[in-house]
Amino acid sequence: MARYDRAITVFSPDGHLFQVEYALEAVRKGNAAVGVRGTDTVVLAVEKKSTPKLQDSRSVRKIARLDTHIALACAGLKADARVLINRARIECQSHRLTVEDPVTVEYITRYIAGLQQKYTQSGGVRPFGLSTLIVGFDPYTDKPALYQTDPSGTFSAWKANATGRNSNSMREFLEKNYKETSGKETVKLAIRALLEVVESGGKNIEIAVMTKEDGLRELEESEIDEYVAEIEAEKAAAEAAKKGGQKDA
Amino acid sequence: MMKLDMSALETQFGAPAGEDGGLLFDVDGAAMPGMEFPNCRDQFDRFQATTKDMVKNKRGTTTLAFIFDKGVIVAADSRASMGGYISSQTVRKIIEINPYMLGTMAGGAADCQFWHRNLGTKCRLHELANKRRISVTGASKLLANILYSYRGMGLSIGTMIAGWDEKGPGLYYVDSEGARLKGNRFSVGSGSLYAYGILDEGYRFKMSVEEAGELARRAIYHATFRDGASGGCVSVYHVGPDGWKKLSGDDVGELHFQYYPVQKTPVEQEMTDASTS
Repeated sequence: MARYDRAITVFSPDGHLFQVEYALEAVRKGNAAVGVRGTDTVVLAVEKKSTPKLQDSRSVRKIARLDTHIALACAGLKADARVLINRARIECQSHRLTVEDPVTVEYITRYIAGLQQKYTQSGGVRPFGLSTLIVGFDPYTDKPALYQTDPSGTFSAWKANATGRNSNSMREFLEKNYKETSGKETVKLAIRALLEVVESGGKNIEIAVMTKEDGLRELEESEIDEYVAEIEAEKAAAEAAKKGGQKDA
Repeated sequence: MMKLDMSALETQFGAPAGEDGGLLFDVDGAAMPGMEFPNCRDQFDRFQATTKDMVKNKRGTTTLAFIFDKGVIVAADSRASMGGYISSQTVRKIIEINPYMLGTMAGGAADCQFWHRNLGTKCRLHELANKRRISVTGASKLLANILYSYRGMGLSIGTMIAGWDEKGPGLYYVDSEGARLKGNRFSVGSGSLYAYGILDEGYRFKMSVEEAGELARRAIYHATFRDGASGGCVSVYHVGPDGWKKLSGDDVGELHFQYYPVQKTPVEQEMTDASTS
């Protein structure tokens, strides 16, 4: 009978955990996802790869709600994501039951990261092949928060971050263009970052906006198209201004 | 009719007796290594409950706590009794879980001390992991969940968790049956009936810290006056926004004469020696 207690994730001679690194490869092949934190809003934007004609797109939601004040988007293996999201949802309720208080974003991120780490140090299992972007509002301080976890089990807080396909170019864009924003501006910043690597159009982007008052709201395709149109117009105006300036000089 | 297999119920000692086929422990002395079982012919399931009742401490104590506009007052006596024997007059029944939370002790002293200490550990770990203090709600829930999981195993704890957190003053009653109640006024122990009388009568939400402390002191004193299992000293603590502070610790004997000073009665008859002649 096969023995399932042998570890799969073991060190290489030069100190790497190859299984974890291969999991990161799986993440790099996953769909692009961006998260941006504003002063009163957090936004998650995820690339929607073209849906087959016969598929019911409503059953393929990329952004998951963990609790009334916490949402998660991820890049990588979607089946692994389902398992992780279910465990996180149970932990959110369990915390409410034992301490009579909702979880903080940091707490649930720590839990998810801890879970991902456990699977890099157990026998017979492989690491989760996904990185997550977790957004939410702290129930005590009412401040928005954005965290990222990866297959190795590390986590940290970010002002804005991207993961999945072409995440490097998105992150570069965010580093160049990030500033403190609120409300609609935060949404636009997230969309602009995603449009760097994704075909433009409401059909290819899924966006969720979270505010303290209204909780999590998924934007309709028409709303996304409006934003995209605004952004294109702004871009065109900026190009024109640049050209005009060059002409004068 | 099918013969049921009763072999598991047969004891090694006595022979199964009577028409019930050995279903009940009806043993008559001789073969048993002398041990007296409680008589429970009618209800087999009552055996465990009755045995536990024999060993249970009857919570000989008086503790109370109430919330008012300036925080929480916690007070307790200091007598420990074992049946009719007073084992100690100097027991500390108010346990300091951490600098802003107190717990009271009623029931088994060892149980209360251990589990409060354990709760203090858990609260500290919560603080370190989450970078914020645990709320009174959370702390009382942690304790209640632990006690519920030991339900029926003989723990005897009747405690109140009092503290001040971000939401203000908090007071919860938690016991070893698994109950957890939020409230403004609680008294626990054999003397609680007497303490409630004074406490309920004199309670106002708006009081000064001194008035509230005096009310608690008087309530405990009156409980020690009437209840034999309460006595010793009255300790009164106040929990405010900056944490708890001990207000006073007074011997009830001295308190008695403070409240009811000795009245000098006029001499009615004087004894004189009979005249010798």
